[in-house]
Amino acid sequence: MNLSVAANINSFLAALVLLTAFGMLVQRRMYGLIHLFAWQGLFLSVSTAIVGFVAGKHHLYISSLLTLSLKVVLLPYILHVLIHRLRIQKEVETVVNVPLTMLIGIGLVIFSYHLTAPVRELSTLVTRSTLAVALATVMIGLLMMITRRHAVTQIIGFLAMENGLFFAATSATYGMPLVVELGVALDILIAAFIFGIFFFHIHTTFDSLDVEKMARLKESD
Amino acid sequence: MMLTPIETASACVLGLLLIVVLAGILHRKQRLLLPVCFSLASAASLLTVVAGGLAVANGLTEQVVMLIGLPDLPFHLRLDPLSGFFLTVIGLLAFFVSIYSIGYVKGFLGRRSVTSLVIFYCLFLAGMFMVVLSDDALIFLISWEVMAAASYFLVVFEDEQVENRRAAFLYMVVAHVGAIAILLSFGVLAGLATGFGSFSGYTFDAMRSAHFPVEWATAAFLLSFFGFAAKAGVVPLHVWLPEAHPVAPSNISALMSGVMLKTAIYGIIRITFDLIRVFPWWWGAIVLIFGLVSAVMGVLYALMQHDLKRLLAYHSVENIGIILIGIGLAMIFTSFKLPLLAALALTAGIYHTLNHAMFKGLLFMGAGAVLHATHERNMEEMGGLIHLMPWTAVLFLIGCISISALPPFNGFVSEWLTFQAFLLSPSLPSPLLKLLIPMGAALLALTGALAAACFVKAFGVTFLGHWRGHHASRVVETGWMMRLGMIMAALTCLLLGVFPTLVIGWMDAVPEQLIGSGLGATAGTFGWMWLTPVAYERASYSGPIVFFGILSVVVAAYLLLHVRPGAIHRAPIWDCGFQKINQRMQYNATSFSMPIRRIFGFLFSVREQVRLSPQTPHRAFPRRIHYYLRVRDRFWGWLYRPVIEASFWVSRKVGRLQQGRIQAYLIYSFVTIIVLLVFLG
Repeated sequence: MNLSVAANINSFLAALVLLTAFGMLVQRRMYGLIHLFAWQGLFLSVSTAIVGFVAGKHHLYISSLLTLSLKVVLLPYILHVLIHRLRIQKEVETVVNVPLTMLIGIGLVIFSYHLTAPVRELSTLVTRSTLAVALATVMIGLLMMITRRHAVTQIIGFLAMENGLFFAATSATYGMPLVVELGVALDILIAAFIFGIFFFHIHTTFDSLDVEKMARLKESD
Repeated sequence: MMLTPIETASACVLGLLLIVVLAGILHRKQRLLLPVCFSLASAASLLTVVAGGLAVANGLTEQVVMLIGLPDLPFHLRLDPLSGFFLTVIGLLAFFVSIYSIGYVKGFLGRRSVTSLVIFYCLFLAGMFMVVLSDDALIFLISWEVMAAASYFLVVFEDEQVENRRAAFLYMVVAHVGAIAILLSFGVLAGLATGFGSFSGYTFDAMRSAHFPVEWATAAFLLSFFGFAAKAGVVPLHVWLPEAHPVAPSNISALMSGVMLKTAIYGIIRITFDLIRVFPWWWGAIVLIFGLVSAVMGVLYALMQHDLKRLLAYHSVENIGIILIGIGLAMIFTSFKLPLLAALALTAGIYHTLNHAMFKGLLFMGAGAVLHATHERNMEEMGGLIHLMPWTAVLFLIGCISISALPPFNGFVSEWLTFQAFLLSPSLPSPLLKLLIPMGAALLALTGALAAACFVKAFGVTFLGHWRGHHASRVVETGWMMRLGMIMAALTCLLLGVFPTLVIGWMDAVPEQLIGSGLGATAGTFGWMWLTPVAYERASYSGPIVFFGILSVVVAAYLLLHVRPGAIHRAPIWDCGFQKINQRMQYNATSFSMPIRRIFGFLFSVREQVRLSPQTPHRAFPRRIHYYLRVRDRFWGWLYRPVIEASFWVSRKVGRLQQGRIQAYLIYSFVTIIVLLVFLG
């Protein structure tokens, strides 16, 4: 596989990652959201494997496998179980309406391209064009956390942000050292467990996972 | 092996820290802990008196660089006549109060653990000693904070009462605002001494050898004056004093009022005369004006109080004012190159520092003895204690005479010296000073008169007459340890008043060090008998002659009354034919201060109400009359309330940021990231 083909495939996968990010931004059903998240993980994993193959960095295969097992299988499964147990299949309400969210998202993508323009000119890596997408994914994840009211969607937004960071790492420097990636993966896993436990507690305390209702925790004057 | 004074003083500080450890070990044996720790503390204090006294008497200056400190910034200690003098003052009162505490703190045994009191007491003493010994900005500020924090815990010792916690909090806030100002002031001085790029300007030596541009020096002076004034309780920063002193245990109030305030005086002298050295005259005018205002306002507020310890606390404001008058005059004379007069004014100021420590310590110890015996702070509920507590009454009376500046006790000498500084001052080339100096002398005279009135009230209402309280109380004289502490303080008051020439000769090294001119040669021209501050034809005072004159009159009067039988006979009071007179119908504190309340009423926020009781059948025949009087500090409403409200307003506005919604917080970080990326990307 020559470099230009790899770069094209990689760009295509980046586009798919961005597409799933936008999909998550507008998806209102909980299960749909989790499926999109799993898809994003899959694209990420494939992209990492291709980068690893092209650049000859074999530790990226391990990263790719980790991504596959964690973000495509395990985390969606945990979230699935969680939603099933807590019976929260209903539609996700957003704070800001969907078209506006989309417009902000598009704005963020353009902003990311603008920001990474100097890096793209300097870099010689195959993956240089995907850095903007990675940054946009991070920001869209954060945007998703801001615009959604449900605690579970906020967690998915957080995980999507992490996907974006991972993507940025592979596209900017061919991935972080393996030790760091292992650590991050473990962190994510632990975080997911902790979130799960907390959701149960929040659910029993507030009878809801709507973060708006948690505003009454604020100390009033 | 002989220790030099500075080694002795440092060893005492170390010893006090060891007592802290010992107190922790003896925590379970409270009855043993008390005498052991306090007698060790008194021994350590006595040793510092020796060290400080020697340093002043010999005019020694010693420096030590300590092995500990921040990396590359070791701590410096220095004992020169100025710090030696303050070391003596602090150590002397700490010695008396430590002995007194052995008896006083016993009152807490069985009610609560006194370990924390002992621990913070020792830390407090150590902090004060270190403040005057320190020779760089770092250790100064560290000691300053140790002192402030330890005294906070001492004020809040009886923490179950809301009043105590509030007072301690107020004290903490004022102390810290002041400490920040001092920190900034040292920052300016250190930065200018060696340039802002270097850290080595933090030693006082570096500041001493530097030349400061006048505007920066002024900034540093104003900051430090603000900071030290907050600690000293200069009007209008005095509000914490009348709150914190009454609620602290009395031995602590004695130390706080007697010597802790003096560390602020030390700071002012150290920064102006020693570190900055060259200053324009109007700095002195500022100090003088604040001193005058504090003196007059302090005594007027004191007159309105009927809580004995609160009254004494306001008198500390007054006396700090008198000390500042001396220092302000010294600064003015120094900048006009009048070294002899400057030495006179400075001597007056620091002599009053020593005197105030002694008599205010004595008075707080006396108030503590009264409190210990009656469990009452309100004077209106006391009376006739002279029969029940004769020792305390006599000792308290000595304190009253001293603070009222009456001969032959010590207060008179220092106030007289301050007057001499006013009266001897030539006409200075400034219209403000031409006005200020005569007016200052008049105000000082007014202050002295009002203070005397105030202590007639304090002593008269507390110790004379009959018991005014609603419920009879079993009052017994205090124990020997407390009496011993007070007796020594009272004797010191007398000695300082009778032999002023010797004292001035001893402390002459301080003005020599700071101004380059002393008073010792002129003051002691005629030996210890006569005090002639500048020249004998201008003014002279003989402590011993006045003392023996007064003593002979007192002895003669006593003999006339007591030797002849029948010269004294006791009879019921003439009740104007009313017949139903009772003990509540005595002249009391409120009625005593009424004329002054009428004259100076505009300075206070006075609310006075007279209400007939509801069961009154007719206005002409009231069954009962309720009299309600509330006198409050105007400064609270003028200065503090707006600040408090403004800070609450700001906090509420800032509190809006805290929405309680996760999304809002996320938006903050999101916007921050975007902004950073835009501007730094």
